[in-house]
Amino acid sequence: MNLTHEEQAFREEVRNFLEENFPKDIQQKARNHIPLSKDDHVRWQKILFEKGWAAENWPLEYGGTGWTHVQKHIFAEECAQAYAPEVIAFGMRMVAPVIFTFGNEEQKKRFLPDILASNVWWCQGYSEPNAGSDLASLKTTATRDGDDYIVNGTKSWTTLGHWADWIFCLVKTGGPDTKAQESISFLLIDMQTPGVTVSPIITLDGRREVNEVHFDNVRVPVVNRIGDEGKGWTYAKELLTHERTGIARVAHSKVRLRDLKKLARSTPSGDGTLAEDPIFRHKVADIELDLLALEYTELRTLAAVSTGKAPGPESSILKIKGSGIGQLIDELYLEVAGHHALPFVPEQFDMAFCGDFVGPWYAADTAPHYFNYRKTTIYGGSNEIQKNIISKFVLGL
Amino acid sequence: MNFSLNEEQLMLQDSVRKFVLAEYGFENRQKRQRSVPGYALENWNTMAELGWLSLLLQENYGGFNGGARDLAVVMEEMGRGLIVEPFLASAVLCSSLLQRLASEAQKDRWLPQLASGETLMALACWEGSNAFDLRRVSTRAEKCDAGYVLNGTKAVVLNGAEADWLLVSANTERGLSVFLLDARQSGVQVHGYPTVDGGRAAEITFRDVRLPSTALVGAEGMALPGLEYAVDLATLAVCAEALGIMQTLLEKTVEYSKTRQQFGQPIGRFQALQHRMVDMFMECQQARSILLMATTSWDDTVRSEEERRRAVSAAKARIGKAGRLIGQEAVQIHGGIGVTDELDVGHYFKRLTVICQLFGNSDRHLRRFADASW
Ligand SMILES: Cc1cc2nc3c(=O)[nH]c(=O)nc-3n(C[C@H](O)[C@H](O)[C@H](O)COP(=O)(O)OP(=O)(O)OC[C@H]3O[C@@H](n4cnc5c(N)ncnc54)[C@H](O)[C@@H]3O)c2cc1C
Repeated sequence: MNLTHEEQAFREEVRNFLEENFPKDIQQKARNHIPLSKDDHVRWQKILFEKGWAAENWPLEYGGTGWTHVQKHIFAEECAQAYAPEVIAFGMRMVAPVIFTFGNEEQKKRFLPDILASNVWWCQGYSEPNAGSDLASLKTTATRDGDDYIVNGTKSWTTLGHWADWIFCLVKTGGPDTKAQESISFLLIDMQTPGVTVSPIITLDGRREVNEVHFDNVRVPVVNRIGDEGKGWTYAKELLTHERTGIARVAHSKVRLRDLKKLARSTPSGDGTLAEDPIFRHKVADIELDLLALEYTELRTLAAVSTGKAPGPESSILKIKGSGIGQLIDELYLEVAGHHALPFVPEQFDMAFCGDFVGPWYAADTAPHYFNYRKTTIYGGSNEIQKNIISKFVLGL
Repeated sequence: MNFSLNEEQLMLQDSVRKFVLAEYGFENRQKRQRSVPGYALENWNTMAELGWLSLLLQENYGGFNGGARDLAVVMEEMGRGLIVEPFLASAVLCSSLLQRLASEAQKDRWLPQLASGETLMALACWEGSNAFDLRRVSTRAEKCDAGYVLNGTKAVVLNGAEADWLLVSANTERGLSVFLLDARQSGVQVHGYPTVDGGRAAEITFRDVRLPSTALVGAEGMALPGLEYAVDLATLAVCAEALGIMQTLLEKTVEYSKTRQQFGQPIGRFQALQHRMVDMFMECQQARSILLMATTSWDDTVRSEEERRRAVSAAKARIGKAGRLIGQEAVQIHGGIGVTDELDVGHYFKRLTVICQLFGNSDRHLRRFADASW
């Protein structure tokens, strides 16, 4: 990509900033595929906040960066190169845009600063055990009682809900006769409120990342509702397609491919190395090409956004291709690890681990990562649902 | 050509199937897998009593004299149950290696013990990052007065920490050899751990381990064909296990898609999913066919080693491909619940993934198939 002088200078600035400010211990963990703690994420986000770089997708007036799409791309690329984690989306990318777009002044003042400064950790309460792809069929109810709603129901798959202070929920406010989509409201709930309990769901990597959140007669002040009653579905939907920067995870995949190639050069295969193996080379090249195309698809989408066009349903391409490419790379990592992908020694994922590693360090997480990342084609609107969106809204089928 | 199972195979199939249905619920399996030694001794004893541990052994050692198709029948059913007992490690890899390589005296001593399940053996033949290459061995056995001194490290030895005795490949002056030694002998350091699919493996280091010359299995320097034979047979075994798993995943996925409601109807009504389950079905059928081809070739003693190798790799390459597709689709069609520890589907997916890796992945076997086909 041809960068202007300013863009080149921006790249330098980001690179230098990361070099000086991205904590080395977090970098070390990320590079060694050790899961980050809540503190790691918060520490890094606060550093970005101090610099004024916390919220690239917010308008300037609320503390956003005001970056162009090329700058956002550069920033993502440099962060990935440095193994800096992406900003956790729930607060910064998901609930904040709902608040600054549809919330009242009071709500903006109350919630946005703490999101920007990473003082409050948010989680997303949309899905339920029986409402996944068909989100509009959700059952959690919020019944009006004076100045409060009484909330009852169960949210499922709440990512990092056990770290969260607040949850943003879609709840049912209409009576039984209201049309599904018109009876849903957008509610912010303090997780400390009596009646809220969080229980773990263990995923295939053996870790706790998702949860069930139960609401048992939870009292939520009506002032915590964003926008109008019954309009929550519209708000949530409008924002789903609105900002999809980063969803393709292009920069991240590029770095993973680069590291993979390095590992393949020292992995024996036949009489040479895996890097010399024609079948393996072919597979890597194939993914690289797809990734290159995706990079430009993303840039095109971002360019359209920056001229004021909402990206619309085309952005589903980014989700489908981005997740698929990521999963193919996961498979290649399994191949590089060979039989060393088999051991499952969770203690090794602890920074304080001082025993002998089983096999090469990079192998330990390859299988758990592969298992866990099957989720990327399921969550955030499964790939099947994304394809339905494209066929309906783009192709008009 | 006769593709149906014979009387004995049907009985064998029936007995493993009954055992899996009656004794091997998913919850039990999870409990056992988390315990030490990672499986249930009473199951192991049952397997011995029912004669499965002597499936591959010749009749004069109390065996069933079973071939590859008999083994496939058993493994397919075991795959359906996600069995964690060390059948593959001991009753397939070690039994067939000893039978192929050992002297008569060694066979007389060891095979009955393997058959009865009282001795558990593990095969330590892979090292470092030389993924599944039997020839790349840096472990050495130097000759000394009384016998040999063994030095080296073996990686990912299946059930290595639970085994009483180890079969270890090592280079001697004369070339690749195999030794049989007590796992608790001094100088043997075993580091056991769970594997991602709920099994067990170990890293094992040998430091100046003194072995009598009787520890040598068969003739010095002549171990490669035997090792290849044992690993090829084990490769067919896991292909059959994979078939049982794929079939189970297909059934579970179809079943789930008929009950899971979204948008007011069962998700199995969506054509986008229907066609994909049809693909899963076709892959299962193709996998069954190629496995049948391979096991039949194996049992047909007229075939050359080259042809046998070609048949095994054909099966492993294809089944690796089918396994990846079926495992991934099963999880995807189950949605979120598919990536949870709570549901069995994810565990079938994990075992299938490990099998795809085990003894060389699809690419490796595709290469070997190609090499044997030109
Ligand atoms: C790890 C993980 C983290 C998550 N984090 C969160 C979170 O933080 N907050 C939150 O609210 N939710 C979260 N989710 C939930 C996620 O959004 C849902 O899992 C997803 O919407 C799919 O719903 P489901 O699991 O109920 O699957 P189902 O809706 O039951 O779908 C099952 C299968 O059917 C397919 N399908 C369904 N409908 C159709 C159709 N019309 N056409 C074709 N195929 C169809 C699906 O694509 C899928 O393959 C998370 C999920 C996972 C796995």
